[in-house]
Amino acid sequence: MSGESRILEGYISLPYKWAMGATTTRFFEEFKNKKIMGTKCSKCNRVLIPARSFCSHCFVKIDEWVEVSQEGTLRTWCAINFSYEGQPKEPPYIIGIIDLDGADVGLPHFVGGVELDDFEAVAKKVRIGGKVRAVWKENRTGNILDIDYFQPVD
Amino acid sequence: MGQAVAIIGTGQTECGKRTDVSYPELIHEAVSRAFEDSGLVPDDVEAVVSGSMPPAMEGVNNPHLYWTDAMGARGKPLIRIATCGSTGISLAHTGFYHVASGLFDLVLVVGAEKMYEGDPQGTMATVADPFFQRPFLAGAPGIFSLQSNEWAHRYGLDEKRVRMAAAQLSVRNHIDALINPYAHIKVEITLEDVLNSRVIAYPVRILDVCPASDGACALIMASERMVKKLGVKKPAWIRGVGYCGEEAFFGEGDKVAWQSAINAAKTAYKQAGITNPRKELDVAEVYNPFTFQEMLFYECFGFCDFGKACELVEKGVVMRGGDLPCDPSGGTLCTNPIGATGLQRTAEVALQVTEKAGDHQVPGASTGLAHAMGGLDQFNGIMIISNSL
Repeated sequence: MSGESRILEGYISLPYKWAMGATTTRFFEEFKNKKIMGTKCSKCNRVLIPARSFCSHCFVKIDEWVEVSQEGTLRTWCAINFSYEGQPKEPPYIIGIIDLDGADVGLPHFVGGVELDDFEAVAKKVRIGGKVRAVWKENRTGNILDIDYFQPVD
Repeated sequence: MGQAVAIIGTGQTECGKRTDVSYPELIHEAVSRAFEDSGLVPDDVEAVVSGSMPPAMEGVNNPHLYWTDAMGARGKPLIRIATCGSTGISLAHTGFYHVASGLFDLVLVVGAEKMYEGDPQGTMATVADPFFQRPFLAGAPGIFSLQSNEWAHRYGLDEKRVRMAAAQLSVRNHIDALINPYAHIKVEITLEDVLNSRVIAYPVRILDVCPASDGACALIMASERMVKKLGVKKPAWIRGVGYCGEEAFFGEGDKVAWQSAINAAKTAYKQAGITNPRKELDVAEVYNPFTFQEMLFYECFGFCDFGKACELVEKGVVMRGGDLPCDPSGGTLCTNPIGATGLQRTAEVALQVTEKAGDHQVPGASTGLAHAMGGLDQFNGIMIISNSL
């Protein structure tokens, strides 16, 4: 069948209400006091962040809370330079995986506090294996974006 | 392994921006070609396995309901499989499980995507949980650029050398796509074009990255007794399957010496009796939406030691005419209708080992590897396919 094929345009917008559970709720409550808390598995001794109510490896419940450092090592990073629907901020910006001291799981977050006009120059300041530190927002409401970004520490 | 299973028919659509057809019409095109290729009709098939990306991609939830007529699935058991990027290889595995189990002798497997109908990156950005990871793991380019950068730095290799090897792979995939009738991106490019192309997610540039495509792929799988009964002349035998998943949190596992990729390959090799993949494989369709990632997979699949992937590119091992040509179809890098992509890898290897790959045939290929990865950089699946059992 040849001939014209028309396009029907539409939009789907749906509201959601996501239950956090008590462990995630406390994890984010601690953010208000600038504290990053993990939970420690009694079986494998790993400190998991974000805090969990059960271990991803051992499948046992966890309820021992441990504060982890505000500082850590940058495991990897990239500079986002494209746009998509639902994006948290205007590109360009940097995302990274941060291995906080005292935690056994890397945390994905923004890396900031560096000029973003030239990517090659950024790559000299933002180094894999380099130290980074959490920079908190002034007004904290108990969510993952209470940490504004992680800043490279020279 | 259960009863032996062969791929006895493949059907692919031309890929690209397919506004000329509706979603079911696109699927009908691939399924019709698979039936034509096998000489069968829909009534012959006993069960249907189908899959695609999260339905937000096309804005039709549970799309297999919408696809039913296009797959000839009326009156048959039908399921939907969804593991993100690895959906296609999960589909191939699920079709295999159906037949290997002995419950079915003829199964139709269908994967499709119409990425021009929605917002692919916006859809993929909602794959991550809403509390912790969603703001940061920005669609596919974000996740895979994090992984690519970590890989490029793990072994202390010179940055320019890694970049150049990635650019060579981009050029190779683009050249190969020119002679694959189903490929999407068909442009001649140079190394300079790749090195100077626009940054998408630094260090990854646009010519390091696959397109979003419309396209569908279908396979017909048969048991050994059905292969004999039908007198299939060139069955492509499935000799090994391996699949492995990882934790839900991106930062939990090592994505460079990538355990799920390593384990999936090991399991498949063991079943297929392969001890030296570099020597025993004649062709590989490695899922390569990102140039850097293709090299990471060479290491995880044992094509070379860890940290040595650039050498395989520099020495031409993985190029056309090399010892182990990879992605002679032009790969995912040039064609990526995601729900179909892993199934295209499987179909392409089946075509290669049965000498039906046409202009992009690897001469004399008898055993090949098909692969796809997916989830939130979380799943890997492998299938080993041969022209003999």
